[in-house]
Amino acid sequence: MFGKTRPRDKDAETIMKEVARRLDMPNRRLFIRNAVGLGSLTLLSGCDVVDGFSAERMLRTMSDFNDKVQALLFDPNKLAREYPESAITRPFPFNAYYSEDKAPIIDPADFHLDITGLAENNKPWTLDELYALPRFTQITRHICIEGWSAIGKWTGVRFSEFLARISADTSAKYVTFRCDDNFVTSIDMPTALHPQTQLTFWFDGEVLPRKYGFPMKLRIPTKLGFKNPKHIGEIEIGNDFNGGYWETYGYNWFSGL
Amino acid sequence: MASPAATAGALARRPLIHPLIVRVTHWINAAAIIIMVMSGLEIHNAYPTLPFKVSRAITLGGWLGGATQWHFAAMWVLMTSGLIYVAYGFGSGRFKRKFWPIRPSDVVADIRAAVSRRLSHDDLSIYNSVQRLLYSGVILAGFVAILTGLAIWKPVQFQLLANMFGDFDQARIIHFLAMCAIALFLVIHVVMAVAVPKSLRAMIGGR
Repeated sequence: MFGKTRPRDKDAETIMKEVARRLDMPNRRLFIRNAVGLGSLTLLSGCDVVDGFSAERMLRTMSDFNDKVQALLFDPNKLAREYPESAITRPFPFNAYYSEDKAPIIDPADFHLDITGLAENNKPWTLDELYALPRFTQITRHICIEGWSAIGKWTGVRFSEFLARISADTSAKYVTFRCDDNFVTSIDMPTALHPQTQLTFWFDGEVLPRKYGFPMKLRIPTKLGFKNPKHIGEIEIGNDFNGGYWETYGYNWFSGL
Repeated sequence: MASPAATAGALARRPLIHPLIVRVTHWINAAAIIIMVMSGLEIHNAYPTLPFKVSRAITLGGWLGGATQWHFAAMWVLMTSGLIYVAYGFGSGRFKRKFWPIRPSDVVADIRAAVSRRLSHDDLSIYNSVQRLLYSGVILAGFVAILTGLAIWKPVQFQLLANMFGDFDQARIIHFLAMCAIALFLVIHVVMAVAVPKSLRAMIGGR
């Protein structure tokens, strides 16, 4: 059911995440094969190269270190460059872990956005209520971890304004987004409060199309593309680290630009 | 038969060609560069910078997620060790003594000598002009690779740096080309080291 509260057993969820992380990593055997093949390299001299998990642990440790470095480097007042209308990439690329025809079909009449966690005002929001919020437009560059980039035009409410409306506890560490395409990601609070982080309802002057995340996505020009969740159904404010879909497979969590 | 004392004396008189700091950072840099290049090629394959992909045999990481982990782990090793190597090179005057001057006429002459197998390798402490050009060039390419790498890693936070290279897409291409230059150097360098085994021993034992 779209938009309904999703009850979760925290312990079971934690176990499932760990199992998923261990068993479902794409091409995991290939990953280990490559690691073992380089066992003679200095960087691996302290690892047991027969056990691929050792290289994996080292890489995750370095990825966590990179999270901390990036958090330090993040300047909450620095804006991503904005572009003129003439620079907009048309057509804008589709990108997800599923094909375009698999994007969820959401009935706007039935939709509501759930707010959970550390927010005083946790009533669900209808689309009309969301559309009534003050809006701003940005034309910024979307950068995919694969390396391609495209310039788009997004319109919606400043996310910091939205957090204020729901009386969110902005001293919390994380904001987690659970989406109706079964995607999850989470971001750090400083990025959530960044002036260009936007809850987006319109794209290139029109209601956000299904392929780009109808009815809403989070546009974050200071993070890689996979950290910009689409088809958002629930927003959770809290101090529990929830990682995310791609993060589970090995992408760096902070992935800031 | 020379006496043991005379032999020891002879060994002691051979000058140290590569100080320990140069040897250590050289091998750390070598390992880091190989990891950066191989994982970088896997990242390249996800969305090719130029219109070709490279064989899986020379990539590292297995897929984009693994490759980015390797790349962003090794980058700290390369930046740290590379910085130490370069700081020592300039600070001690080693670069000035060994890499300078580089005259075009000398480079041409030494290439001719190498091709006709007349290039001397008697004194490993003196670099011929081709070596000087190659070693200076790879340091410059490394510098460009690191700067463009930081620019595409942090195009918002390091905006001034990123703007130096045009835009994100251009910085990415330059990053790739700098990597190609380094990879080319690597091939030539290894071939040269194998051809003159005592130069390899000197980079291990110092003499």
